[in-house]
Amino acid sequence: MNLLSVENLCVSFPTPQGRVNVVDGLSFDLGQERLGIVGESGSGKSMTGRAILRLIRPPGQVEGRVNFEGVDLFSLSERQMRTYRGARISMIMQDPRYSLNPVMTVGTQIEEALRVHERLPKRAMKARVREMLEAVRINDPDRVAQLYAHEVSGGMGQRVMIAMMLIPRPKLLIADEPTSALDVSVQGDVLRLIDDLVRDHGMGLILISHDLPLVARYCDRILVMNAGRVVESCDASELHNATHPYTKGLLAAVPQMHETREELPVMDRTLWAGT
Amino acid sequence: MGRYMSAISLNNVDVAYDGVRVVEGITFNVARGESFALVGESGSGKSTVLKAICGLAPEWTGEIFLLGEPGSHRPNLSLARRCQMVFQDPYGSLHPRKTVDAVLSEPLAIHGIGGQDERVEQALADVGLDRRFRFRYPHQMSGGQRQRVAIARALMLEPEVMLLDEPTSALDVSVQAEILNLLKRLRAERGLTYLLVTHNLPIVSFLCDRMAVMSKGRVVEIASSTALHDGSFTHPYSQALYAASGGA
Ligand SMILES: Nc1ncnc2c1ncn2[C@@H]1O[C@H](COP(=O)(O)OP(=O)(O)OP(=O)(O)O)[C@@H](O)[C@H]1O
Ligand SMILES: Nc1ncnc2c1ncn2[C@@H]1O[C@H](COP(=O)(O)OP(=O)(O)OP(=O)(O)O)[C@@H](O)[C@H]1O
Ligand SMILES: [Mg+2]
Ligand SMILES: [Mg+2]
Repeated sequence: MNLLSVENLCVSFPTPQGRVNVVDGLSFDLGQERLGIVGESGSGKSMTGRAILRLIRPPGQVEGRVNFEGVDLFSLSERQMRTYRGARISMIMQDPRYSLNPVMTVGTQIEEALRVHERLPKRAMKARVREMLEAVRINDPDRVAQLYAHEVSGGMGQRVMIAMMLIPRPKLLIADEPTSALDVSVQGDVLRLIDDLVRDHGMGLILISHDLPLVARYCDRILVMNAGRVVESCDASELHNATHPYTKGLLAAVPQMHETREELPVMDRTLWAGT
Repeated sequence: MGRYMSAISLNNVDVAYDGVRVVEGITFNVARGESFALVGESGSGKSTVLKAICGLAPEWTGEIFLLGEPGSHRPNLSLARRCQMVFQDPYGSLHPRKTVDAVLSEPLAIHGIGGQDERVEQALADVGLDRRFRFRYPHQMSGGQRQRVAIARALMLEPEVMLLDEPTSALDVSVQAEILNLLKRLRAERGLTYLLVTHNLPIVSFLCDRMAVMSKGRVVEIASSTALHDGSFTHPYSQALYAASGGA
């Protein structure tokens, strides 16, 4: 059985031109694997993640079916849904410092996240938080645990969010640009940590990222989204052989270490309907 | 190169938060019209250096000169027009209850600049945003769309210096390419100076002349961007960063 199965998912918002589907009939299955979602800004990647967790607020509307471990998530009450969120399905938000609670230290927030998963004595709890911060390569976990969201650097905020989302050992992790603010060396460690959970705990991963080389290296499968739809899906290792012109356009736009181009190729956006 | 001639000049700058020093002994000069990168470890103090330069870090010592004027310990309105910063996360820096139009027109109003309508339209077009975004609020846009609003806002006042903190890290590669091309073009057309923070070395290769590599609150090396072609870094940290980024 699949861990997650998404069928004909649509997310729409009212606009002056009428209701627009920003996610438009998306279907995919996910096992205990790493699925990458790539695609242009505004193509509906984050909305897909949020819709799975039922985090779309009115006037946004969601249709379709999302099945998680055989349970139809859209039929659950909000109270039942809350027992899934954070505990069994967690999402690393694209804007970590903004998504963190501004009036609670980051250490306390990670503790709270752990508490939904297991009850531990205070001392053991602190030790687990410390361990988790170290695992995401925070060098001075005791200092950082005392800080508030606005006092951590961009990359630290991202790692705090990752620590918070991994500590309850979810079955499904939706990671929305989880490493965009990290330098390559820290990024590698954080991805390995996520990978351990996929391998050892059978976690499923949806990795939303605009870093094409990273997704190609790290994931098993890739969905390429444009204007709310999947335009191409392939094995990650085959991304460089992508056939869709949109995917090729994305690949060509990546700057290179030995960059000699005066100008980077851009896509003709008039070819692609946007929202 | 004198401190009065440079666009940005730092000499032995330390910055602290609540008495705790986080960056130490920073010294570098950015010439007018130069594009200079700050790269390095997460948490090493890159954003802090940018904040100190534009007066947003109250506790610093040493010497800072920005466009020939001594640096200050709080934001300075007359310099704001000539030096704009794009913050690392636009979510926090865009007011949640202001439309894109308000965000972009406001700096013009504050500085008494006319022709608002055309300027707003132009700025949106420059960053590749359709005009239908003009009356949206931040929460009605995707991450990359918000980031582009933040870049457009910084461009509104036609500054001479731009401090760019990971300006494209929230952008997908195609929009990133548009923004990088735009920054390159503006620099060629208007002689803009950039101080750009990024963890993406290929971006440095495309857009910058030189870079300072930071680790643990210090600048460990200042190198020419050509080091990205031939790997001629000298400090072990820069060499490791280059290797980990897929450099030879
Ligand atoms: N409240 C809203 N009203 C109208 N449109 C909205 C609203 N919220 C989001 N959108 C639109 O939905 C589209 C999809 O947004 P989403 O955040 O999923 O994009 P994304 O693929 O994650 O992009 P990015 O890479 O920039 O983060 C965007 O074009 C956005 O402008
Ligand atoms: N307002 C603040 N109060 C206390 N400490 C702070 C504050 N802002 C930043 N710091 C600390 O200063 C150090 C440097 O942070 P800074 O944001 O400059 O790093 P950075 O190099 O930009 O990192 P990143 O690449 O992750 O964004 C970090 O240890 C951070 O916790
Ligand atoms: Mg997004
Ligand atoms: Mg920073």
